[in-house]
Amino acid sequence: MAETVLEIENLRTSFNIKGNYYAAVDGVSLSVHKNEVVAIVGESGCGKSALALSIIGLHNAKTTKLEGQVNLKGQNLLNLPVEKLNKIRGKDLGMIFQDPMTALNPLATIGRQIAEPMDYHMKLSSAAKKKRVLELLGQVGIKDANRIYKQYPHELSGGMRQRVVIAIALACNPVMLIADEPTTALDVTIQAQIMDLMKELQRITDSGIILITHDLGVVAEMANRVAVMYAGEFVEIADVNTLFSNPLHPYTRSLLSSIPSNMTDKEELHVIEGIVPSIQKLDREGCRFAPRIPWISEDAHEDKPTLHEVEPGHFVRCTCYKEFHFPEERVEDENYVTT
Amino acid sequence: MVKFIFRRLLVMIPQLFLLSLIIFILAKQMPGDAVTGAFMGNPNVTPEQVEKIREQYGLNDPWYVQYGAWVGKAVQGDLGSSYTHKQPVTSLLAGRVTNTVTLSLFILIVSYIIAIPLGIIAGRWTDSWSDKLIVTYNYFAFATPLFVFSLLMLFFFGFVLGWFPTGNSVDVRLEVGTWDFYLSKLKHLVLPGMSGALLATAGTIQYLRNDIIDTKLKDFVKTARAKGVPEGKVYTRHILRNSMLPIAAFLGYEITGLISGSIFLEMIFSYPGLGQLFIQSITGRDFTVTTAIVMISGTAVIVGTMLSDIILSAIDPRIRIE
Amino acid sequence: MSLLNVNNLQVHFPIRGGFFRRVVDQVRAVDGVSFELEPGETYGLVGESGCGKTTTGRAIIGLNKATGGEVLFNGDNLANMNGHDRRKHIRDIQMIFQDPYSSLNGRKNVLNIIAEPLRNFERLSPKEELTRVQNMIERVGLSPESIYKYPHQFSGGQRQRIGIARALMLNPKLIIADEPVSALDVSVQAQVLNFMQEIQKDFGLTYLFISHDLGVIKHICDRIGIMYKGRFVEEGTAEDVYTNPQHLYTKRLIAAIPEMDPAKRFEKMELRNKINTAYRTEYDSYFDKDGRMFDLKPLTPTHSVAVQQGGM
Repeated sequence: MAETVLEIENLRTSFNIKGNYYAAVDGVSLSVHKNEVVAIVGESGCGKSALALSIIGLHNAKTTKLEGQVNLKGQNLLNLPVEKLNKIRGKDLGMIFQDPMTALNPLATIGRQIAEPMDYHMKLSSAAKKKRVLELLGQVGIKDANRIYKQYPHELSGGMRQRVVIAIALACNPVMLIADEPTTALDVTIQAQIMDLMKELQRITDSGIILITHDLGVVAEMANRVAVMYAGEFVEIADVNTLFSNPLHPYTRSLLSSIPSNMTDKEELHVIEGIVPSIQKLDREGCRFAPRIPWISEDAHEDKPTLHEVEPGHFVRCTCYKEFHFPEERVEDENYVTT
Repeated sequence: MVKFIFRRLLVMIPQLFLLSLIIFILAKQMPGDAVTGAFMGNPNVTPEQVEKIREQYGLNDPWYVQYGAWVGKAVQGDLGSSYTHKQPVTSLLAGRVTNTVTLSLFILIVSYIIAIPLGIIAGRWTDSWSDKLIVTYNYFAFATPLFVFSLLMLFFFGFVLGWFPTGNSVDVRLEVGTWDFYLSKLKHLVLPGMSGALLATAGTIQYLRNDIIDTKLKDFVKTARAKGVPEGKVYTRHILRNSMLPIAAFLGYEITGLISGSIFLEMIFSYPGLGQLFIQSITGRDFTVTTAIVMISGTAVIVGTMLSDIILSAIDPRIRIE
Repeated sequence: MSLLNVNNLQVHFPIRGGFFRRVVDQVRAVDGVSFELEPGETYGLVGESGCGKTTTGRAIIGLNKATGGEVLFNGDNLANMNGHDRRKHIRDIQMIFQDPYSSLNGRKNVLNIIAEPLRNFERLSPKEELTRVQNMIERVGLSPESIYKYPHQFSGGQRQRIGIARALMLNPKLIIADEPVSALDVSVQAQVLNFMQEIQKDFGLTYLFISHDLGVIKHICDRIGIMYKGRFVEEGTAEDVYTNPQHLYTKRLIAAIPEMDPAKRFEKMELRNKINTAYRTEYDSYFDKDGRMFDLKPLTPTHSVAVQQGGM
C-alpha cells in the first residue's frame, strides 16, 4: 500500500450555537494515501464541508471547537498556531473551492492570484514564478496562457475560472488536496471537463485528494475510495467498485436508489423517510439512521454502533445493514422476525 | 482610460447646462430681486428710480434673454457684479472659494486619515473592545448636530483654552506669502476643520467597517487563507482593496455634504467662505451672487461624482471601460 | 389537439450602448423555438445555463415578453394578448420555481401563500377558502395545522410541496416547472419527483419541465427538446435522445452525464475526448453562414435534429 499522506484521527468539529457546542463532525477517522482520491459523500448538513474546512483550518476559531488529530507530514494541524499552519496551507495542502464565481479576488489578475502562494512558500524570482504560472495554466488545460495571465476573473467563464482555482491549489505541488464540491456549480459539460481534468492531473501529480461531494455520479467517476457520511459520522467506507456493486449500509443503499439516472424509466424513486436531523436535535445515542428506517426492528441496531470491517477495506457502521430491506421489498429471509 | 475620462468630461457639458438652467429659473422665482433687496424701505428712493435701475440692469427683459446674457458672460469668467457689494462677483468670490475649498479639503483629508485606520480596526477585530469604542464614537458623531458640536469646540478651544483663533481665515496684519501667513491660515483652519472632520468621519468609518465585515466572509478571502497568506497580508492584499471601492465611490457625495456643511461651519467660526457669503446674499436678495454660489456648488458636485467614477474605474477592473 | 403549441417563439433583449444608449444589438435569448405539448405528457426542456430554456418557460406564461412568434394555448395566442385577456387564460397555466427558499414570501404564512391565486381569481368566503387550502395541503402530504406556519419552518422538500400546492390551487392544466428539484438533495429530489408524477395522474396535468439535469429529465420526461444558444438542437422521445443522439451537441451533453459504473470511467473519458475533438473540428458545420443553428429536420416521426437540409 502506498504511503499515507494524511491521517485524520477521531476528529470532532463542534459549533457554538447559543452557548452550547454541537458536533457537526462527530469522531471521524480516515487516512488518505499518496495518489489516492477519497470521496466523502453525503447530503447537505451531514458535516462533509465542516470536515473539509476543519482539515485546512478555515473555521472561525471563536465559534468552533476542534478535537482529535489531523496529521500531515508528522504534524497535527489542529495544534498548530496560525503562523505555522500558514507554512503548510497552500504548500503541502491545497484547496479547491466550490464556486469559481466567488473564489477569486475580483481585483487581482489571474497571474497574480496563481503566483501568490509561491510568494510565501517558494523562493523564486519573479521571472521563474511567471514561468511556473504559465506552466500551471497549461497543465489545467488553458491554451492561451499568456493572455489569461493578464486577465481578471470577470473576463473568464465559470469553467475557466475553476481551472484557475485548481491551478492555484496546485501551485506549490501539494501532497494533499481538498476539493470541496469542485464541479457542483458548473454546467454539465463543464463539470465533465473538470472531472476529466482532475483525473488527468491525478495521473501527473502524486497528491492525495479528498473529494467532498453530494453527487454519487462524481464519486463513481473520480474516487478510488469512498466514505459515506451521515449526521456527522462515516456510515460506510469502501473501495469505489465495492461501494457501487455491493453497498451495505441502509443509507448508502437508499441514496443510490434515489438517483434518477440509476433507475430504469419511470420507476418510482426511493424516498428516505423523515428528514436529516439538525445538529442540535440529533440523538447521538444508538444508530443515527434508525429513525429514517422505522420498519427495521430496533433489535437490528447496535446500542453503540461502530464501524465493522465486513471484508478487507470495507467498513459499515451498526449491524442494521444485515437486516435492511426497502419497505416495498418482500422479505424472503425466513429468519427475519417481524415485531 | 484616457478615452473614458474624455467621455466622462463630455457628459459633464449637458449636466452643467441643465444645472445652470435650473438654478437660473429657480433664482428668478425667488420673491423680490436685487433692487427690492437693496432699496426696500428706503424712503429716499422713488418707485420711478427703482424702475430705472431695474431697466438699467436688464431685469425687465424676458428670462431667456437674461439667461443667455448671464451664461454668455459666465463662460468668459464674468459672473456679473454684486448689487450689494458693488464689485464684480468673480473678485468677490475668488478669495472665498479658496477658503472654502481649503476648508473642505482639510475636512476631507482629516476625516479619511481618521476613518481609514479606525474603520479597519473596527472591521477586522469586530466585537473587540476597540471596535465597541469606535462604534460608540460613531453613534455620538451621528447624533450630534454640527452646530452644537462646533459651538462647543469654539467655546472650549477658542475661548476657554484660547489655543486657536475664533474667527476669520487669517491674521490680516500678516504679509501675504510669508511663512507666518500660511501658519496663521492653518491655525485658523484647525477649529472649523476639526469640527467638521470629527463628525464627517463617522459615516466613512461605519461604511468601511461594515464593508470589511462583509468582505472578510467572501469566498476569495477563504481562498487567500487556504494559500497560506499571513493574516496581515490577507487584509492588505485582499480585503482592504475590495472594501475601499465603496469609499472611493462615495467621495463625490462626500464633497456634496461638505459644501452644504460648510455653511454652518463658516457662520459659526466667522470664516469668510462661500457659505457665509451665501447666507448674506440670500438675505440681501443679491441675485448674481446667489446664482454664482449655487452654480459653483453644483459644479463641485458634478466634478465630485466624475472624480468618483474615474477613481472607481481606475481601481476596479470590472468597470474599466475601453 | 395539442394543449400548447409554441410556434417560432422569439424573445430578444435589446443591448444598448454608445453615447445615447441606442439599441446596438439584440440578445437572441430565444430565437425561433417551436414545440407542442400533448395533454397529459411531460415535456423536458434541457440545456446549459444561458441556452434560453428558462426564458422560453417564462415567455409562455408572460413573465418575459415574446418579441415574435405564437404561444397557442388551447388555440388562443397568448403572445399577442394584452394583460387583461391573458389573465383569463393564464389561470390554467401555473409555474413552479427552482428555489423553494426564495420563491415563497417569508412574511406570509402557508395559508396566505397558497390562497393567493384563489384570491386573485375567485371570490370565496374565508371558510370556503380555508377548506380548499386545507384539502390541498393534505393532498401534498403536509399536516392541516401547518397552514399557520411560515416557510422557514419547513424543510426544502416541504417548501417545494407548498410551491406545488400553490400552483395546483386553481386546477391548472399546464404546469411549467423551472428547475424544480435543482436546489434539493438527492433524497428530497426523489420525493418531489415521485410526488410530481403522482399528482400528474391525479390532476391530469401536463408538464413543461425545465432542467439542466439530464438524469432527472430522462427519468421524468416523455419527450425532450434540447436547447443551445436560444434554438432547438434536437427533439425526440427520451428514448430517441438518450440512446440515439444525432446532433453533436446532444452527444456531448449525454456524454457529460457522470458514469455510474466506476469501472467504465476511463472509457467515458475517452468518449468525451473524442466528442470534444469532433466538437472542435466539426463545430462550424452545425451552423449556417450567419452563425445560426439550422432548423429542425425530422428524422423519424418523433425525432428531429438541427442539421443542414439534405443531410449532415
